[in-house]
Amino acid sequence: MRYLTARKRAEGKGAAHTGTEHHWSMQVSAVGLALIVPTFLYIFGKALGSDYATVTETFSHPIPAIVTALVLVFGLKHFNRGFEMMAQDYLRGSQLKAAIMFMTAFTYGLAATGLFALAKLAL
Amino acid sequence: MARARLRERGSTNKGTKMAENSKGVQRPLSPHLQIYRWHIPMLTSILTRVTGNALIVSTFLVVWWLIAAATGEAYFDLANGILTSWIGDIVMTLSLLGVWYHFLAGLRHLYYDAGKGMDIPTAEKLGWACLIGSVVLTVLTIIVI
Repeated sequence: MRYLTARKRAEGKGAAHTGTEHHWSMQVSAVGLALIVPTFLYIFGKALGSDYATVTETFSHPIPAIVTALVLVFGLKHFNRGFEMMAQDYLRGSQLKAAIMFMTAFTYGLAATGLFALAKLAL
Repeated sequence: MARARLRERGSTNKGTKMAENSKGVQRPLSPHLQIYRWHIPMLTSILTRVTGNALIVSTFLVVWWLIAAATGEAYFDLANGILTSWIGDIVMTLSLLGVWYHFLAGLRHLYYDAGKGMDIPTAEKLGWACLIGSVVLTVLTIIVI
């Protein structure tokens, strides 16, 4: 007699060893980013190439600072999970694990650096 | 007849054994670029991944520019100067094109996920819409900013 259900035996057997959580998190972050990225492009595009005083002035306002912070944090989260998907397609075993670990550390580091810069500019 | 079949089976077993011995079974990895004929849905799907992953370079540059602005005027002028030099302009324009392409392709992905637009004529039209739309949006953005 089998004590495990068919579902339990199938879980974790897919290429990524998970269910649909990954895909769902990509959908959620995609919709969120689609809403704020155009605003960010406008803010950043206007600021890029301006003089120092204008740029520090721009990011001391709440909306440019908050939108940029959101794009960095959730953009990098979306990137990290997207990279994971690519790594799963081309790498195996330890190489796959190392690539995911490296990119997670890198994207978190980049997001933290960006937030530090924004905090310093805004406050 | 039976002997021939036995020999065949023998050689198959040997083949499997050899494959197992040499660093496990070597299976092809996706997405088999060298096998398929190029077409619009394929090209646009690949471009989604390429743009999404390439945007890490743009993000890195943006964060560097922000950190430079937070550090002080001299460092900001250096970073701002590099990002607005001719090579910086090329990189940032390509980044903008990449963002808009990934944006449109992402919306298309959500539409596909809803189970819509999967027939070939629609999929091809959506692919062209992403390609042309990203160029149009890039030009519009450059005009606006």
